[in-house]
Amino acid sequence: MPHPHTIIGKPARRVDALGKVTGTAKFAEDYSVAHQLFGKVLRATQPHARILRIDTLKAAQLDGVEAVLTADDIPGEKAFGIVIKNQAILALDRVRYLGDGVALVAARTKEIAERASALIEVEYDPLSVVSDPEEALKPDAPKIHGDDNTFVHHKVRKGDITKGFAEADFIIERRFKTQFVEHSYIEPEAVLAEPLEHGGVRITGSVQNLFSSRRSVAAALTLDLNKVQIIQSTLGGSFGGKDEVMTSMCCRAALLAMRTGKPVKMVNTREESFLESYKRHPYVMEYRWGGKNDGSITAMEIRCIADGGAYASMSPFVTWRSAVQATGPYYCENVKTDVYAVYTNNNYTGAMRGFGSPQVNFAIESMMDELAERVGKDPLEIRLQNGFERGALTATGQRLNHTVSLKEVLTRAAHEIGFQEKWSRYRNAPDGAKKRGIGIACSYRGVSLGAEGADAAGAIVSVQTDGSVIVSAGITDMGQGAQTQMSQIAAEVLGISMDRVQFLNTNTSGVPDSGPTVASRGTIMGGSAAKNAAETVRVSLIAAASEMTGLPADTLDLREDYLVDASTGERLSTFSELAAECFRQGKPLYGFGWHKSPKTSWHDEEGRGEAYFTFVYGANIAEVEVDTETGKVDVIDFVSAHDVGKAINRNTVLGQFYGGAAMGLGYGLLEEFEIEDARPKQLNFDEYLLPTSMDVPRIHPIIVENEDAAGPYGAKSVGEPTNEIAAPAVVNAIFNATGKRVFELPANLERVLLGHALRRTSDRGAVLKDSANDAESCKTRRSRE
Amino acid sequence: MTRVTVKTTINHRKYELAPDPNQTLLDILREELGLTGTKRGCEIGQCGACTVLIDGRAANSCLVLAPQIDGKEILTVEGLASDGRLHPLQESFMDHDAVHCGFCTPGMLMSAKDLLDHAPHPSEEEIRVGISGNLCRCTGYVQIVDAIHDAAERLGKKERIEN
Repeated sequence: MPHPHTIIGKPARRVDALGKVTGTAKFAEDYSVAHQLFGKVLRATQPHARILRIDTLKAAQLDGVEAVLTADDIPGEKAFGIVIKNQAILALDRVRYLGDGVALVAARTKEIAERASALIEVEYDPLSVVSDPEEALKPDAPKIHGDDNTFVHHKVRKGDITKGFAEADFIIERRFKTQFVEHSYIEPEAVLAEPLEHGGVRITGSVQNLFSSRRSVAAALTLDLNKVQIIQSTLGGSFGGKDEVMTSMCCRAALLAMRTGKPVKMVNTREESFLESYKRHPYVMEYRWGGKNDGSITAMEIRCIADGGAYASMSPFVTWRSAVQATGPYYCENVKTDVYAVYTNNNYTGAMRGFGSPQVNFAIESMMDELAERVGKDPLEIRLQNGFERGALTATGQRLNHTVSLKEVLTRAAHEIGFQEKWSRYRNAPDGAKKRGIGIACSYRGVSLGAEGADAAGAIVSVQTDGSVIVSAGITDMGQGAQTQMSQIAAEVLGISMDRVQFLNTNTSGVPDSGPTVASRGTIMGGSAAKNAAETVRVSLIAAASEMTGLPADTLDLREDYLVDASTGERLSTFSELAAECFRQGKPLYGFGWHKSPKTSWHDEEGRGEAYFTFVYGANIAEVEVDTETGKVDVIDFVSAHDVGKAINRNTVLGQFYGGAAMGLGYGLLEEFEIEDARPKQLNFDEYLLPTSMDVPRIHPIIVENEDAAGPYGAKSVGEPTNEIAAPAVVNAIFNATGKRVFELPANLERVLLGHALRRTSDRGAVLKDSANDAESCKTRRSRE
Repeated sequence: MTRVTVKTTINHRKYELAPDPNQTLLDILREELGLTGTKRGCEIGQCGACTVLIDGRAANSCLVLAPQIDGKEILTVEGLASDGRLHPLQESFMDHDAVHCGFCTPGMLMSAKDLLDHAPHPSEEEIRVGISGNLCRCTGYVQIVDAIHDAAERLGKKERIEN
């Protein structure tokens, strides 16, 4: 007999919170063991060059140095990559960006390792550099890998755009640009690699996707997967960012550990982290829409170029999501979308929260407001007119057969803040130094990996004989609360309180390969697996209970730490007694759960398919005050409405709402990792500006719950959708305030005030972008350098 | 390098240390004393992850050199709970889900303690100013601000009961 949930939907404390408030939580750098060495990477000094010679002799002779390694010392595969294996663990004969590692040192102290790496001599033959993705497309551009810099082309085709544009009353054509963004996890990358008995290696570190990192370590060291153990330390944030950069750190530390036979610790400084780690892709986006005077859309032609940087990384997947979602959740019969990724000598770009959606959403939602403006409607009206409903056919030809709550999130968000009234009032406000504006943006987002690849995950629920419970899973926690959600689900199924549950940090040797913890799949995949695991144990416990009490299994239930008679609620034994009884009867107290996602499909050539098994819907509204004399934008109010399916833990869901919005506001207004001639301009938080407590306003959250059959208790996703539409909401608000649109992110002071960016010279004074681009000024700049 | 002698109190315990003069307080805590609760984030005083209290005031321990702590009282996150009881800030951070990845948490708690010790009834604006030197990438600060508010109330109640 069903009874109301006791844990699901309630705001439980996080299972890992206590250690984090007392300082006992162990993050990667907090691990140290006796006789450990310190590993250090010597990185490239040229963004693109052939390596003529590496001389490690002097470094190796320094007292306290135990190993100096180059690519020649790697016994197995020297390069890795999820899709294209072209990222060298240590440069082979060429460096392709300034973050490339050239050699490794292991020494008794950090200081000796640093001194030794400075003694390594590397002779380079510089090659021409390409730092602009549009330049990289040209036939005569320097080639980074092979003979073509374009390494990804995804297309989506629907209807006939020629016909669509012919039917249009007008055409809107706009060009948008976005920037590199640093993940800015506050914990820099770190690992401890220890040689194990039996010829293996154990790595404890700040790794997001343990199983893919393990594959690369095993391949580099020519070890079987069962000899490489990666344990996730408590992770100080990731946001998609501790994947390949950690794979290379794991490989390097493991190489040094195996070579020296000693534990090796490696820690990036913040500067090393900025220099080496991958970023969010900058996009150039050309949007061309055909519209009717009634506000409907007859054709969309979209072309996006993503700067992939020096290596392929996740670009093929990131850009695929962009292609699938490039039209936004809007009806249009005729669509032609092309998304390209190209190599340059910049930092490589990969996964970051949103994964290809924040870029296109900025363009789509700006276009939607341009369309509204053209036909004289307000931004809410135009979205309600064009937005998807249940049964809609997406640009990729997928029928949406779930609750499509786009209009629900839009209207609830608008109602919360009085959107339409404010929008009209601000639009007609007289000129002044400070002007207010309000903007709206919405999105739909495919849940989990979709047709990117195999999508399954496992979890283990192990009840101890005293009634305490251990949960472990292949899905990892990086601060988003996955451990807590999975613990809640296990506790709900077993009818026990949360304080009985201990969650183990993920260990690749203890749980099955569950794919990466990405794509907002933690709750829907890991949660489903944990539910299956707990249900397996529950069956065993109930069978033991039936034998113990002589009552039929279907009359028994587990509630509030007791075995109860399901009809009367009478308590028959404690959960602890039942666990001990189950053990005495020789019945298993251990449950393994596996969850595989429903089928998806994709046809590359036709550019269509059932891309994702379900979608989520969200709307954000930003209210801003623009200082028209300085260009400064203050966000004074913000509404975030998202359909999460079902909130497993109300508090952690709200945490995602707030944190996602803050990161989105940073994307919209502040953050920019600038690269000029393949040289990064910011290497720490003094110049790379993150939103502080003074920049993020109070956020009004609206949790919408339309339970989805695809997720545990109806739950779907929340991590990424909350991050992907704050920037366009702000940009639309700036337009409402000033009547001027910003086409490049971030909308910092100069872009808002002047309509374009300023660039810094090497001596750090600002110059106008246009003059900086001409050949004469480039020459001057170089000669000064 | 000539080592210096430093007498200091850390988490209510007296220490006589002989660090290199160019060692930072952060290094002393983490590497010499094994107090790894204080975090290394940027090492240039921008992120606030290494915040501790020096004579009751919040400071970035990455910017404090060993000789500067001579004769001072240092409090780190490990010393925040007393007599086996969590500080109300620690309780309220857990209750409000103000702890996500937890890496900024120790520094955030120490800045918040400085604030509440000197302004027991802070406004939201004062709280925001008080933690503006501590970067958090996970929470958007909302739940942290709420937690500090709540801790101020809990401390106020405690005070009334004790009086």
